[in-house]
Amino acid sequence: MSIHIRDISKTFGSFKALDGVSLDVPDGTLLALLGPSGSGKTTLLRIIAGLEFPDAGTIEENGADITERHARSREVGFVFQHYALFRHMSVFENIAFGLRVRKVPRAEVQARVEELLGLVRLEGLGGRKPSQLSGGQRQRVALARALAIRPKILLLDEPFGALDAKVRVELRQWLRRLHDEIGMTSVFVTHDQEEAFELADEVVVMNHGQIEQQGTPDAVFDKPATPFVMDFLGNVNVYHGRVENGRAFWHGIPIDYPDYPHAQARDARVYLRPHELEIAPAGTAASRPGTSLPARVLRVTRSGAISRVACRPHGSDAELHVDVPVDTARDLLLQPGVQVSITPRTPRVFIPGPEYVI
Amino acid sequence: MTESTPRMIAFAVNPTQEAFRGPGREGGAGSAGIRRRRRGSVLPGFGTSAAITSMVVLALIVFPLAVLVLRAASLGPGGFLAAAWTPRARAAYGVSLGASLIAAMVSSLLGLIVAWVLARVEFPGRRILDALVDVPLALPTAVAGLVYSALYVPKGWLGQVLVPLGIKGAYSFLGIVLVLVFVSLPFAIRVVQPVIESLDRDTEEAARILGASRLQTFLRVVLPGILPAVVTGFALSLARALGEYGSVVFISGNMPFKTEIAPVLIVARLEEFAYAEATTVAVMLLAMSLALLVVVNALQQRLAHNAQ
Repeated sequence: MSIHIRDISKTFGSFKALDGVSLDVPDGTLLALLGPSGSGKTTLLRIIAGLEFPDAGTIEENGADITERHARSREVGFVFQHYALFRHMSVFENIAFGLRVRKVPRAEVQARVEELLGLVRLEGLGGRKPSQLSGGQRQRVALARALAIRPKILLLDEPFGALDAKVRVELRQWLRRLHDEIGMTSVFVTHDQEEAFELADEVVVMNHGQIEQQGTPDAVFDKPATPFVMDFLGNVNVYHGRVENGRAFWHGIPIDYPDYPHAQARDARVYLRPHELEIAPAGTAASRPGTSLPARVLRVTRSGAISRVACRPHGSDAELHVDVPVDTARDLLLQPGVQVSITPRTPRVFIPGPEYVI
Repeated sequence: MTESTPRMIAFAVNPTQEAFRGPGREGGAGSAGIRRRRRGSVLPGFGTSAAITSMVVLALIVFPLAVLVLRAASLGPGGFLAAAWTPRARAAYGVSLGASLIAAMVSSLLGLIVAWVLARVEFPGRRILDALVDVPLALPTAVAGLVYSALYVPKGWLGQVLVPLGIKGAYSFLGIVLVLVFVSLPFAIRVVQPVIESLDRDTEEAARILGASRLQTFLRVVLPGILPAVVTGFALSLARALGEYGSVVFISGNMPFKTEIAPVLIVARLEEFAYAEATTVAVMLLAMSLALLVVVNALQQRLAHNAQ
């Protein structure tokens, strides 16, 4: 089922949680709402669920206006961050709840719950109480409970937030397969960009109650629309420089920026991710004044198959972070004190607007 | 060697104390004593606290009750029954138990509603209302009895409206129930309120999204979580009501066979210097209260086990 959200606003007291948000979720999409806490992503999810009502704007499902319809009659599945299981009921009764209140015949409930227990791989645990399950198992019960009523839309609020790293990755992949098998429309909220990028077909980055960018994970990662998105999507080297006559300057190195052909200089920010910088020993062919930056290595730390190199450009107190494969770091004999030269490969230039605040 | 010497001395002086714990592995010698201390409660001195607890319970509760039972037993089985099972005494037990059970039920129901509102609804004056709940605990109950009877007598503020309608609030069974609700309500509220405050509200939203109506959500999701506390509140209210004397004596009229409760009968017997008879009634009241509380506690534990 497709969801169309038009100009939704929501205010709690004096806090503007959502400010004119419009969003289309095509049928069958797995969409991630990504943003820092307080960005309005959970409020948007709760409005789609019918747990909150917008002050302004409309929501449509398959073209039907459901803005005023209460959660009870929207037939969506909702998975809460902290599971929200019914503690006094067995796993079986938890999953059966939605069917029982719909007065589904006993035999049908039995069959459906058994089927769901199999789907979430909890066969034989139907008689347990939630308190006798692990965190990952509880989250799967919550998911089975939400799926029992065959919702057309599945909404998940930070579904893996309370789980440890290994379980989180497993459940993530499993949820992706489940989504593809059932073929429903799913929206999940997360503040973990890795989770959003690994799991979703579409990523929506939110900040201050507004959508900063919507697109496929590739599009959002490779072509961040705003400095906020660039910042939020992980480690980035930010340089506060200037732009004039179609060129920005990064530590004195010119970068083409045809979008600003004017002669009057303006403040600009140059963004480079750690893997978008090239590192070479000082004095080699790769180090040419004007295109590369002489620097000194401060630290080298290892993270999996990558060495993170912290460098300090000459005559500056800035710190540049460069990621290189571990083998490269070894070949280049990178260690604290070594002189290197750094070349930017794909710099991005943003001219901060007056409204831009991080 | 230089390191282990002081440790040995420490153990010799006080083997249970964990003094001089070296940086390395703990030796096998003193580990049993140490383990017991580590695993025990946060408070030190289990022996001392157990002794104090038993002393308190013995001196303040068991000893006086034993004297009471002994005194009653001095009558012999025949004499005991003759004194404890008179028609007037049987009527008094009936009034006491009946009024207390009804009052405890009313208090539990009202307490649940008031606790829900205090825990869940934000309104101006909520904190003042919250503080007022405890007033019946501090007020001398005789004062409550006097005020209630003044209100409900035929010429009282409420009585002049209610008595013509056939509702007699003073010198009646209803009057007894009224003051018993007054004295027991704080217990019913205060036991349930923190449990409602600690409910996971996500579960209510989950139930609603799954299609449950408000009533279904309350009955199937909310109530099972708070029912053990409601039953505990009922037990406390019942105990409080069974023992109440001060307020009832002013509002009930104390008519034998009609509005005389067992505690009032005990005092009446004492005033006739019939001490043995007074103690037999007291023992009967005690036995009935104990039986009721045991039943209610068993029920409460079963509910609590289901709800965890």
